[in-house]
Amino acid sequence: MLSEDAGLDVPESPDSPDSPESQSENRIYAPASMTLTAGRDKSSRPEAGDVVFRSGEITALLGPTGSGKSRFLSDIESLACGDTPTGRTLLLDGRAPDADERFELQGRLVAQLTQNMNFVLDMNVRDFVLAHAMSREVADPEAAARRVLDAANALAGEPFGPGAQLTQLSGGQSRALMIADTALLSWSPVLLIDEIENAGVDKRRALDLLLASDKIIVIATHDPVLALSADRRLVFEHGAVRAVQARTGAEEAILTRLEHMEVEISRVRAMLRAGETLD
Amino acid sequence: MRLITVAGPPSCGKTSVVAKACGVLQGNGQACAVVKFDCLQSRDGDLYRAAGVPVSVAFSGGLCPDHFFATNLEEAFAWGVESGAQVGLIETAGLCNRCSPHIRGALAVCVIDNLMGIDAPEKIGPMLRMADIVIVTKGDLVSQAEREVYRYRIRQMNKRAVIRHVNGLTGQGCAELAAIMAKAPDIDSVTDMRLRFSMPAAVCSYCLSETRIGGRYQKGNVKKAKFAGGVHAE
Ligand SMILES: Nc1nc2c(ncn2[C@@H]2O[C@H](COP(=O)(O)OP(=O)(O)O)[C@@H](O)[C@H]2O)c(=O)[nH]1
Ligand SMILES: [Mg+2]
Repeated sequence: MLSEDAGLDVPESPDSPDSPESQSENRIYAPASMTLTAGRDKSSRPEAGDVVFRSGEITALLGPTGSGKSRFLSDIESLACGDTPTGRTLLLDGRAPDADERFELQGRLVAQLTQNMNFVLDMNVRDFVLAHAMSREVADPEAAARRVLDAANALAGEPFGPGAQLTQLSGGQSRALMIADTALLSWSPVLLIDEIENAGVDKRRALDLLLASDKIIVIATHDPVLALSADRRLVFEHGAVRAVQARTGAEEAILTRLEHMEVEISRVRAMLRAGETLD
Repeated sequence: MRLITVAGPPSCGKTSVVAKACGVLQGNGQACAVVKFDCLQSRDGDLYRAAGVPVSVAFSGGLCPDHFFATNLEEAFAWGVESGAQVGLIETAGLCNRCSPHIRGALAVCVIDNLMGIDAPEKIGPMLRMADIVIVTKGDLVSQAEREVYRYRIRQMNKRAVIRHVNGLTGQGCAELAAIMAKAPDIDSVTDMRLRFSMPAAVCSYCLSETRIGGRYQKGNVKKAKFAGGVHAE
């Protein structure tokens, strides 16, 4: 509330209508497909081909630092229209968004999940997720919040209750909550993940949850299990996509083996933590 | 010159964002100049110079910084025009959250960061409510969910502003901001333009450098608060 003598508002115009942006705040266009057209690499050589993303599909990005992954992601995020150093253009459902659509999607097309992110708010888990659900104006915010909490607990190695403070969650619990919340409540049709921590999150389940959200999912990762879990991998070199690899049958078998190894590692970790012996 | 006021709490990322947006504007052939208003000291001059943006820093010293800003606007504008800028930006330290430097007819930008707590958009007051563009920084440090809830709270405080997330470190989002800035109103003179929000009435003894505490030192425009509980109430 403003105090009585807080100063005079000097209105811009007698009736300033809500901007179109604020009216459509909770109705974000969710494309079924997204295309990044072929651009050029650091030596201006043309890229091999367009890359098409579909909702409910996971794409992994691989390549060393400086190979062009970040540039690629920022081309998506900024809705490139031939105006970035790579010359790529982003198409949604096969066509370039017009100026109004671009303006509205700016900063909202892509939700992000990176290793640097922490919860900073001084709130408990339930109140916070409820606040998020209400901000999305979902029909039943209480039920939506419960779904997010249940999903997060299914992913987290150590369960946590609705009364836990956000800032006191462990790394794995925070990550689990961020994944569940993003999958179930985020407004953005595209989700960009920069690694999922190893400790304390069930990766397989996390990916299943994200897939079920019908978002377009892009993961930048050095983790072999995550990379192999993706439907396909984009390999970067010298600022451009060098190859698109779909998962082969042999790789699928390797993925299964690696997943078993991870399960075994978590099992042993949990036993050691609980003070058990392993024989 | 196109005129843009940029306000926001200390350390929220104003200089980082403005310097990066100016970089984009200059890259597109638009000359920029920044005037920084501050109280006692600031290293923003160095930061802007390091980023290749012409800058002039003005300190209010013993005066109310907001009044100082208002009384120096014509001169600040004239300096920008003389230095050949097509886009002139004014960065002000958001001090008491009571004031807003925004001017009717100039582009008004408010910068706030994602680390300030969920109630910050409400607390920030007129510099947020009166803004045309709200820039949210430091989203790289918090969860997607917090960014979304924060944005919702900003929207509740300002129904018509364009809200943009910008990373002051990497410059992500600055190209879009620069595109909006490039369309700021082109102004011949600030003379006779009006502030969007009036500044506090002043002129009490403390405005005139009084430092002693106590009723007998208080002269001029003095207002006494009522405190709950009765003991100190009038
Ligand atoms: N992590 C992060 N830090 C930022 C961001 N924007 C600014 N900063 C940092 O915040 C600090 C204050 O920034 P500055 O631009 O000087 O703030 P000002 O006082 O509002 O002008 C600096 O250390 C910046 O590097 C951001 O988006 N993310
Ligand atoms: Mg500054």
